[in-house]
Amino acid sequence: MASPESTINGPTKAAGADSKSLRNAFGGVIAFIILVLIGVLAFSIRLFSVIKYESVIHEFDPYFNYRVTQFLSKNGIYDFWNWFDDRTWYPLGRVIGGTVYPGLTLTAGTIWKVVNSLNIPLSVETVCVFTAPIFSAFASWAAYLLTKEVKGPGAGLTAAALLAMVPSYISRSVAGSYDNEAVAIFALVFTFYLYIKTLNTGSLFYATLNALAYFYMVCSWGGYTFIINLIPMHVLLCIVTGRYSSRLYIAYAPLVVLGTLLAALVPVVGFNAVLTSEHFASFLVFIIIHVVALAYYIKGILSPKMFKVAVTLVVSVGLAVCCAVIAILIAVVASSPTKGWSGRSLTLLDPTYASKYIPIIASVSEHQPPTWPSYFMDINVLAFLVPAGIIACFMPLSDSSSFVILYIVTSVYFSGVMVRLMLVLAPAACILSGIALSEAFNVLTRSIKFQLPGIAGNSTSEENGSSSVVAPSDVSKTEKTEEVAKEKPVKKNRKKEKENVEKKPTPSKTERRLLVLPLEASVIAVLLLVLLGAFYVVHCVWAAAEAYSAPSIVLTSQSNDGGLHVFDDFREAYSWLSHNTDVDDKVASWWDYGYQTTAMANRTVLVDNNTWNNTHIATVGTAMSSPEKQAWEIFHSLDVKYVLVVFGGLVGYPSDDINKFLWMVRIGGGEFPHIKEPDYLRDGQYRIDAQATPTMLNCLMYKLSYFRFVETDGKGFDRVRRTEIGKKHFKLTHFEEVFTTHHWMVRIYKLKPPRNRIRGKTKKSKSSVRRSVSSKRDVKGKRNPWH
Amino acid sequence: MGLGLGVMRTIEFLLLIIAILSAPVLSDLILSKVERRIDLTSQIARIASTIKAENDGSSSVSEILLSIPEVQAKNLAYLTAKLVEGKGKAKTSGVALAVEPANPKGMPPALSFYTMILPKPLANGDSVTLDVLAAFTHSLRPFPEKITQADIQLVVFQDTAHYLSPYPVKVQSLTLKLPDARIESYTKLENTKGLGSEIKYGPYENLPPFSYSPVAIHFEANQAFAVARELVREIEISHWGNVQVTEHYDIVHGGAMSKGEFSRLDYQSKPQIRGASAFKHLVAKLPPRAHSIYYRDAIGNISTSHVRGDSKKTEILIEPRYPLFGGWKTAFTIGYGLPLQDFVFESEGKRFLNFSFGSPMHDLVTDSITLKVVLPEGSKYLSVSTPFVVQQEEEVYYQFNALAMLMEPFMLITGIFFLFVTCIIYVHVDLSISKSSASYLAKLQWDDVRATVQQIQNTVNQCLSTHEKLEASLRDLSRTGDVQACKAARKATDGLLKELSKELKPLISFLQSSPPAAHILPKVEELVAKERELQERLMAKHSTIVDSYEKKLGGRETENRVASVQQKIVALRQDIEDLMEYIDEI
Repeated sequence: MASPESTINGPTKAAGADSKSLRNAFGGVIAFIILVLIGVLAFSIRLFSVIKYESVIHEFDPYFNYRVTQFLSKNGIYDFWNWFDDRTWYPLGRVIGGTVYPGLTLTAGTIWKVVNSLNIPLSVETVCVFTAPIFSAFASWAAYLLTKEVKGPGAGLTAAALLAMVPSYISRSVAGSYDNEAVAIFALVFTFYLYIKTLNTGSLFYATLNALAYFYMVCSWGGYTFIINLIPMHVLLCIVTGRYSSRLYIAYAPLVVLGTLLAALVPVVGFNAVLTSEHFASFLVFIIIHVVALAYYIKGILSPKMFKVAVTLVVSVGLAVCCAVIAILIAVVASSPTKGWSGRSLTLLDPTYASKYIPIIASVSEHQPPTWPSYFMDINVLAFLVPAGIIACFMPLSDSSSFVILYIVTSVYFSGVMVRLMLVLAPAACILSGIALSEAFNVLTRSIKFQLPGIAGNSTSEENGSSSVVAPSDVSKTEKTEEVAKEKPVKKNRKKEKENVEKKPTPSKTERRLLVLPLEASVIAVLLLVLLGAFYVVHCVWAAAEAYSAPSIVLTSQSNDGGLHVFDDFREAYSWLSHNTDVDDKVASWWDYGYQTTAMANRTVLVDNNTWNNTHIATVGTAMSSPEKQAWEIFHSLDVKYVLVVFGGLVGYPSDDINKFLWMVRIGGGEFPHIKEPDYLRDGQYRIDAQATPTMLNCLMYKLSYFRFVETDGKGFDRVRRTEIGKKHFKLTHFEEVFTTHHWMVRIYKLKPPRNRIRGKTKKSKSSVRRSVSSKRDVKGKRNPWH
Repeated sequence: MGLGLGVMRTIEFLLLIIAILSAPVLSDLILSKVERRIDLTSQIARIASTIKAENDGSSSVSEILLSIPEVQAKNLAYLTAKLVEGKGKAKTSGVALAVEPANPKGMPPALSFYTMILPKPLANGDSVTLDVLAAFTHSLRPFPEKITQADIQLVVFQDTAHYLSPYPVKVQSLTLKLPDARIESYTKLENTKGLGSEIKYGPYENLPPFSYSPVAIHFEANQAFAVARELVREIEISHWGNVQVTEHYDIVHGGAMSKGEFSRLDYQSKPQIRGASAFKHLVAKLPPRAHSIYYRDAIGNISTSHVRGDSKKTEILIEPRYPLFGGWKTAFTIGYGLPLQDFVFESEGKRFLNFSFGSPMHDLVTDSITLKVVLPEGSKYLSVSTPFVVQQEEEVYYQFNALAMLMEPFMLITGIFFLFVTCIIYVHVDLSISKSSASYLAKLQWDDVRATVQQIQNTVNQCLSTHEKLEASLRDLSRTGDVQACKAARKATDGLLKELSKELKPLISFLQSSPPAAHILPKVEELVAKERELQERLMAKHSTIVDSYEKKLGGRETENRVASVQQKIVALRQDIEDLMEYIDEI
């Protein structure tokens, strides 16, 4: 019997075409519902921190943003722009309005205002806590739009679902993680979407929106330089590969002009938008695209022969002019010490730059290069899907897919330089994995459909019930139901993102090849992909719940009886400071705790996490690494009344000041050469036990951390360093302990007033004191930068 | 320093005595017996006095005066008086008397007076027994005023051994109850006895009015000296069934100021000795069925709290973030919800909230309290009664229409409803300004084109399903072998297809005539052409198969004959489908 085999496809196609309009009608609604669900997923997966801990601002930088938002909501926008903060960087102060990226603050402030004007009395804190989850939902939608522009809605939905729960992004946007990146990733993806949209449509409307989105990105995060370098790179790529079109021109030229003008409006960027090297690439490409546009135009109006003549003329003149301009540019750029690049940007171009020259950038853990496990931790299976996505983007290569390829390539490089730029990689990885998964399912399900003899065809024709269906052949009926039943559970098991692909008919391209895989292989491949997706989901939920939900100001540990032991020492100390010290007292601590001290304790600090003044930080580092007396002098000259140190030796909290101490020595030594790193190291090893150097055992940090520590257990066993401390019994002469938290994690000391010091001196050497004054003065001049 | 202050205070008292001694006697009332018991076991000095008053004069007396030195009067927190009825063991305290501040003439200036109004005037020779309870805050003065972490906290309490009264007192005694700890010193007068933690002065007999004999007791007091400098309570009523209470505390340790270092080590290793004067926790007694209790401060939740509850009360033990030593401060907020029906009642069309006024904390002195009651929107005719001298309850009366409760949800529903209505209207209303503008006409034309294309697609789909019939007839043929039926089917199909292609013709010509369809036209034409080709191929295939069937050729051979046509058909179908999708997308 010949016919059945040869006729299978007929009914399918006929009925399929009929059902297509129906499916398309529902497709939009289903896609919308799925998008809403993805938004809900993105929001709710980030609530683990609130459920497991509490609704509180996390970590360090978010506290600063929170404080700024409080100021904004209390004093209004004009005071915000003019805000000179005298509670930090004492005695220098900091102009907050001009040095902060205001996007996040203004966003949360606006949300707060709108919500309150609707008589929903939310506190500023609540709004701040939930800003990040809300914006991650927006980011997922933006990823949908972007991927849809590149590879259609199926891939878009998959990418959105992947981005909603990618651990790398979760780590920066859990509820409470009120940081710039939370809104910036949305702005980044959305700007890229608008760029692609403009590129695809050539509409000036989208080009304008694109410039506005870019403006929002500039407001939000310093990472905007990534956009303003990546887009020119793509434009250049398009020109070089002969893909120049008027759409490209519309997508690029307004962005540079409007975007640069708007960027210059943000105080923190200002004239940097035209002066620093980070932006030069965009201007160069701006010139090139005009030259190319002109060339195309002239080519259009001239005959080929004339055009050749014109080209030789222009090239010879143009080359001369270009050389002159480039020479001038190089001269200008070279005259600046950093070649016009900021330290962090230079670190990106040369990963070894920071560790060589700027210890303060190198000292931040998130500026370290990532390890391989962290890739697996942060993007998980996406790392394996990305190559497939790149391949899918190459067939066929369009303007938009070439952009995505460029995006992933550059972001992979940047993520390799700094851990925190993994965040930029995450959306790219999600988009490409979305494309890969979507294409894979496309091929596999098509193969399955193609090879189910008579079944798929009959089933669809029957289900759709089109008017002129032939009487179905009874022979294959039972077989069909079996097959359908076999396929159903597969569909059900599928995680959401795959369902999207399944439900949304991916619009088959006209150039679709008849790529058919064997039935068994496709079924197994579908199952394996589903398994892979399931693994990803499990990993993401785990990461959101366990790895990234801790607010880091509250620590918990499992106690022996299974209960939860809470270490709330930081807030204990800040609360003590805020209630029991004078409102104008100055507190010295390492810069890590600056933001938290100003925000939670409302006390003036010397240095904070905005590390804009290296010398000032070096001064504090020097004080911490000096002996007690010199340290007292430095602190006293800075009006410091309290010194705060973080000490984890009693409970085993590893990120305490003793572990950070070498950075204090390095940064201090960078400015004040009498602090030498080798003095603190025994044979190149950093140790605090009996083998430690006397300089180490006598420095302020050691003393403040281990003061009376030996009396806790009689031996002075440090649980972080896993050793007994070197110097056990000592007294403080210039400082007194005023507060230590419950688990000793924060210790606060007060500087003794100067007269006590004089009284404490014995009479025996009045003359010697006088004698030493003159000699001391020049010593001081060296030791203490403030005298 | 502290000693100097003590001396000053003594001088003050001496002046007071001089002033008192020169004052006139008021009435004929005689206090035949006064027993005073002062409880100093907490930071609040509670003075319970039993006073037996006798009218010795001729006229009846309807009120009795109480006098309190002004230094103490400014610390007076609570004062009640009750009539005692019965004698001996059967004594019961009965009616509460109204106590009002009074300002009788000719009295010494350093005294504050309160008057107790008797329910019925006291006739000559009659006597009455009263229970007077007074509580004083801040009357235990730390001495020394500054102590280190290791020191114990000592306080001084000053009072008079003789009952200070405008009336002569016949028999009186004073008992002081101190906490179970060291007593540093106390003033020794005649008839003074110290028994463990109790000190007894008296009995003293027949003392004239305004007798005054200062005593000072210096003793160890390590209990919590928790003082709320400011307390703001907010009670919010929701008629959806909840009374939400929020209390903001600003707490200070009101005892001896701590000086010098605070060593956590000492505090942790020997909390009883090296932290004796500190207090670690407070206990709040909330009403039963309190729920959703939280305890936090400006920087987040405070995890150190425990809740115990039974049917009579909910007890919550809260630990501030750090132990409070003398002079240390902290601030926190507690909040809880209570069932509405326990506190809001209805009578005569009015609703009233009956709620305790003060703080639910044990042993907490509140310096200043602000109470806010938030009534639901739409409440009218408010009135407040706070007879809190008699009882610590307050009542807020208001009228509230139950329908007003539905106002907010209704507003929400209406808002969203109008949003949807606006959306619907926006979608359906044609907002173009000019009906003759080029873009509007283009839009209309485009709509026509789309409709036409849709029709074409439908027709093509019909054609395709007709092809299907043809295929079906072939299958029937292979099953039944009925060649005639098969041929008939082909004829019918042929007719149908012809009709359909007739239908297509005007549609195509319309498309050709309308300019906006220009870019879509080639595709549509291609579609129609392909479809026609497919028809032909199918017919050819059909006739071939039928032919070979008639000739009784084998299946294999038939297949060979049809193979090339079949391939073409598959390719055409693919093309048609792709074209349809392409047109769909447009």
